[in-house]
Parts: sequence; C-alpha cells; structure tokens
Amino acid sequence: MKGNLAGPAAELRITNLVKRFGGSAMAANAFVAVDNISLTVPAGSFFAMLGPSGCGKTTTLRMVAGLEQPTSGEILLNGNDITHLKPYNRPVNTVFQSYALFPHLTVFENVAFGLRRKNEQNISKRVDAMLELVQLDGYGARRPAQLSGGQQQRVALARALINAPQVLLLDEPLGALDLKLRRQMQLELKRIQSEVSTTFVHVTHDQEEAMTMADTIAVMRHGRVEQLASPIDLYERPATAFVANFLGKSNLLEGRVTGTAGAMLLVETHGVALRLPAANRPAAAAELYVGVRPEKLHMTGTGAPVPAGHNALEATVTDSSFMGVSTQYVVRTAWQQELTVFAQNMGVDGMRARGTAVQLHWDPQHTFAVPRTGSPLETEAEL
Amino acid sequence: MSPVPPRRGLLSGTAWMPYALLLPGLLWLGLFFVTPILTLLSTSLQEGSISTGYRFTWRFANYTNAFSDYQAQFGRSILYAGLATLLALVICYPLAYFIAFRAGRYKNLMLLIVVAPFFTSFLIRTLSWKIILADSGWVVGMFQTLGLLPPGGRLLATSFAVVAGITYNFLPFMTLPLYTSLERLDASLIEAAGDLYAGPVTAFFKVTFPLSMPGVVAGTLLTFIPAAGDYINVRFLGTPSQSMLGNVIDSRFLAVLDYPTAAALSITLMFTILVLVGLYVRRAGTEDLV
Amino acid sequence: MCAEPARRIWFERATQQRARGCLMTQATAPLAAAAAPQLPASNTPSLLFRVWRAITRNLVVFYAFLALFYIYLPVIVVFIFSFNDNSGRYNFTWQGFTLKSWLNPCGVSGLCPALVNSLQIAALSTLGATFLGTMIAFAIVRHRFSGRTATNVLIFMPMATPEIVMASSLLALFLNLGIPTGFGTILIGHILFNISYVVVTVKARLQGMNSALEEAAMDLYANEWHTFHKVTLPLVTPGIISAALLAFALSFDDLIVTNFNSGNTVTLPMFVWGAAQRGVPPQINVMGAAMFLVALGLALASLGMQRRSA
Ligand SMILES: Nc1ncnc2c1ncn2[C@@H]1O[C@H](COP(=O)(O)OP(=O)(O)O)[C@@H](O)[C@H]1O
Ligand SMILES: [Mg+2]
Repeated sequence: MKGNLAGPAAELRITNLVKRFGGSAMAANAFVAVDNISLTVPAGSFFAMLGPSGCGKTTTLRMVAGLEQPTSGEILLNGNDITHLKPYNRPVNTVFQSYALFPHLTVFENVAFGLRRKNEQNISKRVDAMLELVQLDGYGARRPAQLSGGQQQRVALARALINAPQVLLLDEPLGALDLKLRRQMQLELKRIQSEVSTTFVHVTHDQEEAMTMADTIAVMRHGRVEQLASPIDLYERPATAFVANFLGKSNLLEGRVTGTAGAMLLVETHGVALRLPAANRPAAAAELYVGVRPEKLHMTGTGAPVPAGHNALEATVTDSSFMGVSTQYVVRTAWQQELTVFAQNMGVDGMRARGTAVQLHWDPQHTFAVPRTGSPLETEAEL
Repeated sequence: MSPVPPRRGLLSGTAWMPYALLLPGLLWLGLFFVTPILTLLSTSLQEGSISTGYRFTWRFANYTNAFSDYQAQFGRSILYAGLATLLALVICYPLAYFIAFRAGRYKNLMLLIVVAPFFTSFLIRTLSWKIILADSGWVVGMFQTLGLLPPGGRLLATSFAVVAGITYNFLPFMTLPLYTSLERLDASLIEAAGDLYAGPVTAFFKVTFPLSMPGVVAGTLLTFIPAAGDYINVRFLGTPSQSMLGNVIDSRFLAVLDYPTAAALSITLMFTILVLVGLYVRRAGTEDLV
Repeated sequence: MCAEPARRIWFERATQQRARGCLMTQATAPLAAAAAPQLPASNTPSLLFRVWRAITRNLVVFYAFLALFYIYLPVIVVFIFSFNDNSGRYNFTWQGFTLKSWLNPCGVSGLCPALVNSLQIAALSTLGATFLGTMIAFAIVRHRFSGRTATNVLIFMPMATPEIVMASSLLALFLNLGIPTGFGTILIGHILFNISYVVVTVKARLQGMNSALEEAAMDLYANEWHTFHKVTLPLVTPGIISAALLAFALSFDDLIVTNFNSGNTVTLPMFVWGAAQRGVPPQINVMGAAMFLVALGLALASLGMQRRSA
C-alpha cells in the first residue's frame, strides 16, 4: 500500500520569483505580492512557509501549483523547469485553504477525481486505501457537506495525496480547525508525511505549528524571505528583529560594537558593556540590536554575585503575572526600556514585588544580534 | 529568461473568448432593443397621418402635445404604480419575513405555495378579480355592511379596483427579492439586536429593515417598473376615467395608428422611469443602505 | 467585555443560552454602540420585549395567512368558475355545477391552438434566451474585457424599460422595415425580454461559486474542458435551470409584447385578452386551473427530489 502512495519525492527549487498584481509589470501602481524569492526545498522534507497574513505565502504556493503565473522567476522540480506548465501538467497537488471539496461529488468521487482524470487503474482499491490512511474508511458515500471540519480537512488531504505528487502543497490546512483538533491534526500530518515521504510545503501563520512540524522554515514578510533555517536556529539565532519578535518573545537592546575579545564581540548598550559570540554578528555595521530571550534571563537581587563572564543589567520590577509554570515579569531598565523576564517556578524564591530593584544576568552564548533597521517596536506593531 | 506570456486567469482561454461569448446575445439586444428604441425616438419626431404617411421632421411638438393631452394619464400611471408598489411592500414584507424566519424546514414549501398562484395566467387571475369585485359579489356586500361603501356603491370600475389589481399582479416580484435578502440575514443577530434595543420595533427599524434594503430596492423596482407601464388592469377592472399611459399608448399605436404620439409617450414614459429609478437607487444606496 | 447585567441573568434561563446570548451581544456591540449609546438599566424592557415578541411573532403568522388568503382568492375563484354551468357569453355569475368544461377543454374554437402556440413560443424563446444569456453571464463573471460597463448597462436597460415601451419600439422597428409581424416577431420579442433575466439569474449563481473549486479540479489533472464539464457545469446547472423556468413562465404569460407584435398569431394570453371583450368561456378557467396544478405539481416533485437527495 505504501509503495502506491509514496510519490517519488522531488526537490523544489524557486529562483528569483516575483509576482506583481494590478497594472502592467512596469506600472507604478502594481502591488508586489512576492518580491524576488529564492529558496530550495530538499526532496522529502517537511518545509514550512511562515509569516503574517498578507505576506505572500498563498501567492507563492499558487505559483508553484500553476494557479498563478509568476511575473518573473523560475520554478524547478528536480531540475525540470515547470514555471509555465498548466496546473494539470504538474506532478504537484494542493490542499486548499478552505479545502475546495467538490460539493456535488461524494467523498469517494472527490478522492478519485485526480485518478479518473489520469485514467488510472484500481481506482476503487486505491481510494479505499487512501481513506483508510486518513482514517475515513466508511465515509466514501457521504457528501462533503455531511462531514465535520476535521473530516473535510482529511478528505482534502486524501484527494491530493492519492495522486502521489512529487510535492504536496498545503495552504493553512489546519487554519479552520479549533485548537484541540489542530494539535491532533499536526501530529497526524507528521505521521502521514513520514509514511508517504513526499516533499511537503506547508504554509501557516502559526509559528508554533511551523516550529513543531517543519524540518526547515522560511519566515516571510512583505513578499520576501526574511530568514530560512531550522526551527532551533530560527529561535536561537534570529537574523532580523522581525524574526526575533515573530517567533516567540525577544528583548532587543540598542547597542554599538566597541571591539572584539577572542571569539567574543564587545558591545556597549546605554553605558552597559555586553558580550556575545562574534559569529552571531549580522553585518559589519557598528550599530545593532542585541537580543536575548526572556527565559534566558536570570533575575537576582541587587548585589548578588554574577557568574563569571555573564552579561548583567540592573532594573526595577514594574509588573508581574503568575502563570503557574513560570512567572512573567516586566522590568524597567535605567534608560526606561521595558524588558520581559520568564522566571521558572522552581519553588525557590517567592514573587518579586513591584518596585523591587533587581539584577539580570545571562550567558553571552545566549545572546544574539540583529541589524538595526527600523525600530523593534515597529515590527512588533506589525504582528 | 523568456518573457512570460500574458494570462488573464486560469479558465479564460484566449483573449477573444469573452467577445465570442458576448457577441450573439449583445447582437440580439442591439438589434432588437437598441435599434427599436432609436427607431421609436425617430418615430416620435415624425409628422403626418396614417393615410398620408409619416415623415421625419424633428417635430418636437409631438412631445409637448402628447404631454399636455395626456397629463392626467401620465400622473395616474406614476400614482397607481407608486401606490401599488407601496401596498405590495407592506403586504409582502411580513410574508417574506414569516417564510424566512418562522417557516423553519417548510421554507421552500411555503415559498412555493406563495408563488404557485402566479403560474395561473396573469389575465385569468385579473378576470377573476372582476368576479370577486363584481357589484353583486360578496366583497361589495361585505364593504356595504361594514359601512365602507354606501348602498349602491361599487368597487369594480374604480381606482380602488385598478390599484388592487396591479398590486396583486406583481406580488411575486416583491416577495422573492425580499425573501432572498431576509433569508441571508442571521436570525440570531436580529434577536440579539432586539435584546440590545430592548424593543422589537426599534430593533426592526435599526437592524432588520436596513439590512434587508437590497431586497427592498430590488422588489420595489421590479414592481414599480412593470406597474407604471401596465394597461391590462385598467382595461379589466377600471374605466376610461382610470386610464393610464399604457392604455393611451396601446390605443394610439394599435387602434388609432397615430404612431408619432404613441412613440413620444413611450419615450417619455421610459425616460421618466429611468430618472425616477436613478434617483431612487441613488437615495437608497447612499442614505438608507449605510 | 461580556458582563451579564442583572436584568439579563433572569431573562436567560439556561447557562448555555446565556453564553450564546453573550456572544451575540458581542457580535452586535459595534452596531448597538453606533445607534443606541445607552442601554436601559431597569428590568422592565426585557419583560416587555418578551411580551412584545410573543405578540409580534403571532402577528406575523396571522398576517402571513391573511396575505396568503389574498393571494389565493382569485385562484379559488378560477377553480370554482371552471365548474360553472354558464349559458351566456360571460362566465361571471354562478349558475350551477358541471364537469363539461373540464371534459371538453378544447371545446372553444381557437383556445387549444392558442395554447399550442404559447407552448411553442415559450419553449423556443426559453431555449434561445437561456443559451444567449448564459454565455453573456459566463463572459461577465469569468472574463475581463473592455466595454464591461456598457455591457452591464445594456443588460440592465431592458429590465428598467416598461414592457409597453419595448413592445411598441419593436413594432415601430418592424413597421419601419416592413417586416410582417407574426410567430417569428413574437419569438424575437420574447427572447429579448428574457435575456436579461437569464443573465442576472445565471450570473448570481456563477458569482456565488467558489473559484477555488475549479482551481482544485485543474490541480487534480483536469484540463480546461474537463474542469468545465465535471465541475463548473454541474455547479451552475441549478442556476441555468431556474433561469430557464423563469424565462418559460415570463414568455408563457406575456401579453404586452405579444399583443403589439403578433400579427395574426394568437397565443393563450391573446386569446384570453380577446375573450374578455367578446365573452369568457369556462374553458379559460379550466386552462388557468390546470396551469396552476401543473406548476404546483412540478414544483412539489422537484422539492421532494431535493429532499431525498439531500
Ligand atoms: N489576485 C490578486 N490581486 C491583487 N492582489 C492580490 C491578489 N492575490 C493576493 N493579492 C495580495 O497579495 C498579498 C499577498 O497575498 P497572499 O499571498 O494571499 O498572502 P498570505 O497567504 O501570506 O496571507 C496580499 O496583500 C493580497 O492582498
Ligand atoms: Mg493565505
């Protein structure tokens, strides 16, 4: 069965892809939805495209599916140019954002649709096997309207997967499901992907979903790829202020490079000297943002000893909220910047009251830096 | 890199496709709607008589004469059509409301029951109003008993009968658009609004009615336009003293063979309606719809 | 944000209901804020509201049945007088029960040929208008082309023109061109006034259709023709059918355009129109009653089929 289902997974390569809407290609009023994207999706990988709504994810996916013609650029599948192929000539299938199940056909006929068009054999057996894979055996005679949202989602998945596509495109496939079902379907999708080992390109605006599911994530913004990396790299070493704030929370401090010490970069921020791995320096520019994640910060009373080599700051607690596993503090630095600190609830010290002066320290290895373009608040407002 | 060929959409096929689809139908409309209206326009400026033949002479007097001669009929056309439209709205709105919100799973059946009578020919139904409103009939008798009519008073051959007939004839044209727009409304929204406004009347006028405006506009237009050109109800249920513009056009064209006057009246009616419709849609669109 | 004022707590009984009411309140909050800045604080409004609602609900039912009575009154009369044993020219007073008109519907000379004419014209004009109108609707919804606004105006104009103007202008054209009026000219007129209604009906259906369905078909290896044949057409067909039914009904019942452009051809409405001046035989009522029954029967059957397939 698996042999039937598994498509020969393909590598998807996109080069300099551009899509303009409205007006002619050169018109000033044209809206650039996808702005010169280049990326490679390795064969058999689970690839996620992550970004806020309107950043061009769907448009990119539609160009790969052939539902939209690129303004310029190329799309290669295992090295073959498919940029100008009709959608029905591409070995690529899509799970649509709102499923787009054919309302006038039964579940069985929906799933069989692609096979029938290709005049393939053993349709009945293969559809049954596919419905079993998505745990919908016995639902073949129903109409899409008689299914729940989660079941419709599975039909959409089965309908695409049965064609053994070289690349499966999923456009926010879980977006319409409630939280619990979404978590369950995330695991399900991972299971199915490992069973069929097709290349999955999964579009989502949910960072948690992308982090838990994907091998590689492309973070998109304004039609561009902001950063392409593994979930861990994205989180620990975000390349831009936008990524730092889009994936989880970050504290960004304005800093300027003052020198280097071995493998460490020396930075001064509002009169405080900080150190971070020189490898984390984004560009040659002296001005940058120094970043640290709230859970990496240790909070102690003023005057408490700081472990050797740690970065340290003084601040005052302005707010705290107890969340069970941890407490989230908002503290204010001497230069009136608010920082967030997650203190794990280890039952050691009690809550720190508002107005308490505290000291923050953290391992320089946990420090990252991003270029200083625009204020970090701007990118935060965008989210 | 090779230049991308321009494409307009997945299923649009070639660039001439839309024109090929449009051509036959638009040709029909051009040939048998636009040309006739232009012909009518030119006929309305002709001079002569049926015995001597008509010639085109830019005779604008056809319009002024027609208007001064048939002012009363013109006024009645607009008045009767307006009254009938208003009555139809008052009759159909609650009916459509009932079907949309209260008929439950019998919605379609109810709609069917409402529309079915209109498959009996328009003329046969109007003739049957003639029987119902007859001088010896029970309706007249009931009106007289209730004191709404003096003894010996009539319903048939009055403006009442004509307006009632016109109202009746166009009921489905009012009911269907109203139903469609009401059916789209979220019933729970209206209930919530009723709760918020603490009064169903206010809730109705603040929420339900404004939200159903598209249906109201469509329904009133679909009723008013044919009603203003109607002449059958006057013929069956009225007398010459109720006659409308349609009756004049009918007799000028088909009986008297005075084509220029008939054409001038037709053009006047058409433009009056276009102007009224334009003003109405604009008002409804800019003030009531928001 | 969703606090429960005391007056609402007793108003709503079940917790579940309360939760729902709360959601609704949120949904309409902006509306309410715009139109009515303060909410009354006392208990009376919601009690009043309930009483009012009970009254208005039943009022609407009562009113609806009154309206139904108004709608059905003439139909009832048509049925009753189709059994009238009248002897004079006019079938306006009750003279006794008979089945003879029902048993001999074609007993009046010219009535059945008129019916046949009407059916032929209605069928042909439905075919023509549905064909032409559906193509226009597809072009408007599915394609971009120059002259779009002009096309929309051209489609709208016949619907905004009183039929008598359309009828008289067509006659003016035929007179000026010296074309003799008859079956053909009636057909031309009927196709004309039906086109716009077909365009509007099919267009609504097409616009309501999710274009992602066609994209999904193409994504699933259906070429343009298969996409049209397997997805687009089946989904648009209900719209085309209702457009055709509407066209048939409008054509079958038309008097005005027919009256102006019929020459010597007599359709059923023309026959009734003439009979109204000369004398109305009960067979006309038989026709009316039969039409009602056929339409109702067909509609009920299609409703039943919908129910079963759903
Ligand atoms: N057919 C279109 N015409 C014009 N603008 C479009 C069209 N499709 C998408 N856009 C615009 O392109 C941008 C990206 O859209 P999309 O790819 O759907 O975003 P995402 O899927 O990331 O939310 C949006 O601003 C959207 O408004
Ligand atoms: Mg999207």
